[in-house]
Amino acid sequence: MSMRGLSKADVLHVAKLAKITLSEKEEEKFGKQLSEIVNYVGQLNEADTRGVEPTSQTTGLEDVFRTDELGKEESLTKDEAISAAKNIHNSYFVVDAVLAERSDK
Amino acid sequence: MRMAMDISLTIEEVQQGLKEKRFTAVELVDTYLEKIDRGNAKLNAFLTLSGESAYSRAKEIDKKISTLGDAIKDELPLFGVVVAHKDLFLTEGIRTTAGSKVLESYVPVYSGTVVKRLEDAGCIMIGKTNCDAWAHGASGENSDFGPTKNPWDIKYVPGGSSSGSSVSVASGMSLISTGTDTGGSIRQPANFCGVVGLKPTYGAVSRYGVIAMASSLDSIGHFTQTVKDSEEVYKVTAGGDGKDGTVRAAKCQMPKAKLSLGIPKEYFAEGIDKEVEKSVLAAADVFKKEGIDIVEVSLPYTKYAISVYYIIQPAEVSSNLGRYDGVRFGNGRDSFGAEAKRRIMLGTYVLSAGYYDAYYLKAMKVRSKIIEDFDKAFANVDAIIAPVSPTPAFKLGEKADNPLQMYLADILTVPANLAGIPGLAIPSGFSKSGLPLGFQLMGARFSENILFELGKLYQKISGWKPKIASL
Repeated sequence: MSMRGLSKADVLHVAKLAKITLSEKEEEKFGKQLSEIVNYVGQLNEADTRGVEPTSQTTGLEDVFRTDELGKEESLTKDEAISAAKNIHNSYFVVDAVLAERSDK
Repeated sequence: MRMAMDISLTIEEVQQGLKEKRFTAVELVDTYLEKIDRGNAKLNAFLTLSGESAYSRAKEIDKKISTLGDAIKDELPLFGVVVAHKDLFLTEGIRTTAGSKVLESYVPVYSGTVVKRLEDAGCIMIGKTNCDAWAHGASGENSDFGPTKNPWDIKYVPGGSSSGSSVSVASGMSLISTGTDTGGSIRQPANFCGVVGLKPTYGAVSRYGVIAMASSLDSIGHFTQTVKDSEEVYKVTAGGDGKDGTVRAAKCQMPKAKLSLGIPKEYFAEGIDKEVEKSVLAAADVFKKEGIDIVEVSLPYTKYAISVYYIIQPAEVSSNLGRYDGVRFGNGRDSFGAEAKRRIMLGTYVLSAGYYDAYYLKAMKVRSKIIEDFDKAFANVDAIIAPVSPTPAFKLGEKADNPLQMYLADILTVPANLAGIPGLAIPSGFSKSGLPLGFQLMGARFSENILFELGKLYQKISGWKPKIASL
């Protein structure tokens, strides 16, 4: 575990992965704050975990199944499903363009 | 307004008053709305009121009382109980913001299981309460709609993230309220505001229809004035609904004839406030005088709990908040506030290529050691008594600029979430400066009934009387 914290490049990389936009002031502030936190949690290095199994589920459940049937109560009508969206076209969600225009046209 | 309502602070008193026709459910709604009108400008506990639906539900309840008489309790165990929901709980037709500008105008098309169960049990929803945005915070200051204030002294924070829910009960603006506890978000504000707060066992209560924070830690609970009321509410909310795969219908453990309580020395480490320490030891004494053995226990991995929590929790946060893209609901990701951005980025960092093993996998392994600590302790004792927070409520703004300091305030509550065990925060009095003090009881998984028995015993023997801060 590195103890140097996050560089400005790290901050920008992580922000891009998470689709978060930062102002210049935020880049600096978050870089410092996240580094402090990452350095703090680095203390886990000293904990001896040789032979220890990781835990993500605390009550001992494994592979919970249900029948693959959808009751009326569990599904929304089309109108309900789109009711909270800001931008709807012919009952479809409108999304930002994924592909950019070719620049060589 | 009849005075009787002002002093009805328990479910039993309210229901007695309704049955004896000293007041009606409609008049109850009048009273609570009037109190909210008087107190909310100062405390900022509510984000949205649901007066209209409250009155129509109250009318139904009044009708039921007339037709069913004494039998109403069997059909509607929580009849006439006014409830405020943390704004993380989806409420059909009523705005649900999660305390974030991302969802500032989001109106859900269905209600969560707990919301529905409480309504079906006779509760009357009065409104939605303020909270740290997405439940990220230990002070209530991270709400995008302004901080909630502590009703005992408005210069102090009420705790978080279920800030408004805790304040609504502590100031008599609601009889009960719901909350979520991912790292202490019910127990800590309950402790700071002087009310009872239950964090159930992981998977005891359905999370369906509650906005997710960190899915291996989130636990759905509530605030009440007494332990007895907490138990009554839990009987309604607990159990499977077929909509949350993590809910387990586990058999409750029966209390033994002779109970023992463990005191973990690691929870009284340096930095603990002297008054907090004294009040917890005084509570332990109350139990001791009742013949309960007090045993010192050790939870050596407690010192790593914050580090484990601030890896696992932001990792899961970054994943859960990935769905907010502004396409199907809410505003775009530009609307995330500073703390949400911080946690999304921290989570993304610890999960990113090259860091997963060093952070996330390591944290999951140390999590196993924290669980092992508790399992060992519960082999010898029935429950653990401990402080909820190292200090009483702190001042507004005191930790706001220092995220790490704010995170460290969770040190005594996150271990229970990491281990998936239940915790019950109980008030015990006030500090010299007039701020609430209290303690928490933690138990083995699905031992809620033991915590309730101990809590009720404490409130009976200590002569605890529910009290609310004046508005």
